[in-house]
Amino acid sequence: MDLLDWVLLVARVVIVFFALLIVVMVLIWFERKVVADMQTRVGPMRAGPRGVLITLADGVKLFFKEGITPTNADRPVYAIAPILAMFPAFLAFAVIPFGTHVHVFGRDVPFQLADINIGILWVLAMASPNVYGIVLAGWSSGSNYPLLGSVRSSAQMISYEVGMGLSLVAVLMYSGHLSMTAIVDQQAGVFHLLGLGWLPFPRWNFVPQFPAFVVYLICSLAETNRPPFDLAEAETELVAGFHTEYSGIKFAMFYLGEYVNTVTVAAIAVTLFLGGWRGPAYPAVIHWFWPLLWFLLKLVLVMYVYVLIRATLPRMRYDRLMSFGWKVLIPFGLVWVLATGAVVVLPEVYGRRAVLVGAAAILGTVLLVSSLPALFTAGKKEQVRS
Amino acid sequence: MPLDNVVFWVFAPIAVASAIAMLVQRNAVHAALLLIVNFFCIAVFYLLLGAPFLFAVQVIVYAGAIMVLFLFVIMLLGVDRGDTLRERLVGQRPAAIGLGLALALEVFFAVRAGVGFAAKAPVGFEKVNAGGNAQALARVLFRDYFFPFEATSVLLIVAAIAAMVLAQRKARAITQAGAEAAGRGEVA
Repeated sequence: MDLLDWVLLVARVVIVFFALLIVVMVLIWFERKVVADMQTRVGPMRAGPRGVLITLADGVKLFFKEGITPTNADRPVYAIAPILAMFPAFLAFAVIPFGTHVHVFGRDVPFQLADINIGILWVLAMASPNVYGIVLAGWSSGSNYPLLGSVRSSAQMISYEVGMGLSLVAVLMYSGHLSMTAIVDQQAGVFHLLGLGWLPFPRWNFVPQFPAFVVYLICSLAETNRPPFDLAEAETELVAGFHTEYSGIKFAMFYLGEYVNTVTVAAIAVTLFLGGWRGPAYPAVIHWFWPLLWFLLKLVLVMYVYVLIRATLPRMRYDRLMSFGWKVLIPFGLVWVLATGAVVVLPEVYGRRAVLVGAAAILGTVLLVSSLPALFTAGKKEQVRS
Repeated sequence: MPLDNVVFWVFAPIAVASAIAMLVQRNAVHAALLLIVNFFCIAVFYLLLGAPFLFAVQVIVYAGAIMVLFLFVIMLLGVDRGDTLRERLVGQRPAAIGLGLALALEVFFAVRAGVGFAAKAPVGFEKVNAGGNAQALARVLFRDYFFPFEATSVLLIVAAIAAMVLAQRKARAITQAGAEAAGRGEVA
């Protein structure tokens, strides 16, 4: 690596950092506008055209507010917690490919910070420091509501990390790669649905891996503490949860971290399930334009789903949340991983036809056996009624 | 100086300092935090040694485990921080000093004898890792050592279930005793 490579690397890091900040700014405005629309309100409208600069105004306000440290607080930990909550989200974004590459100064510069060959594992590894930010914030505030909020949220995040991990395992078993770039490449091409030549559909992973996609979406909501899983900051019960005692710039860091996390989680969904930056490319003057546009469009789509969920669903009760995670999502994820393994490995060993016949036979038997008791009880009910 | 060495000399002092600071720290939560710093430094060393999979596992598993430790500390000791680490076991301190000295002596003589210092890089490391480090590890784990690997995972699951059953029984006994006491009207 010579000097130019270093300059390009640093430039990429800086550009991605600021691009994420801008995306977060627009996302918060977008979310507030959509939620307002669903509640027949106008939403933010003063700062900038249609209120698009509302986040900037909020940020400036928070920047100049007094930062108060509670006397009961554990000072060093209290100061570290917001940083721990913010930076892992940025770091996780480093492995996401958000376009092809661009040719500058005689070098091919990829639209991705680092194509490391443990891509998915890096994402999971960066999810864990994030929990520390919340736990430490709650503990170091030296106050009861933050502590309760942080204990709740850490239990929630650890539980849903398992479900999320299982859905990611299913994807990586199906695609056979850990690297994000390789997974996007694996999703190139089209399916021919129903074995027909017409009706082509892009080979995106959410078609064969639809259950894993659903599990991932649910777990990602819980991971980012978004509604309906925002029990860590349930204002009716816990004031504001783990960041009750935070104000000014430190609170802004939590807020920013939460939204960067949302962007990162949505970007992972786009990369693993929705074909990443792939999409029909019409002849364009600039060859990197379409992939980038497709990536952003899909990102906005996933965000829109998140916002719709937030605007429509009520907050879950805490014990229901935990039992849903442990008794529904995780067993379901395990079974799905098993099924994916069977689908990937068995045709290699026994041949495609034999496996299809076997699967049909097993499915038929299961359906038959499970319907037998229902048939008998149905008959009995008829007798009682008559 | 190659980049690897720069990274090593940045992280090595942090690793040693955080380990020492953790030992002398009286506050349990601060000690756990310093332990995390130490684990992250070690994860970086794995990365430098060409084992990215081990890096990820170190961060995911150890950081996750420390998380649980954290929660225990918070739940058991409460919010009030302070000098909660009292010596409970009799004779623990002399035993610890003796064993620590023995370990130090062992390391000293091992280093003098030249154990643990590879003069050259391991043979065939690049060849084994050709298709990616995680893939190489998977090949070994799920082909050559498939049976021991599965047996170990079964053992771990059995242990976890056993712990849950034991805890459940104790909890049920307590609630049953409480219910009986309430039934006799002993608890108002």
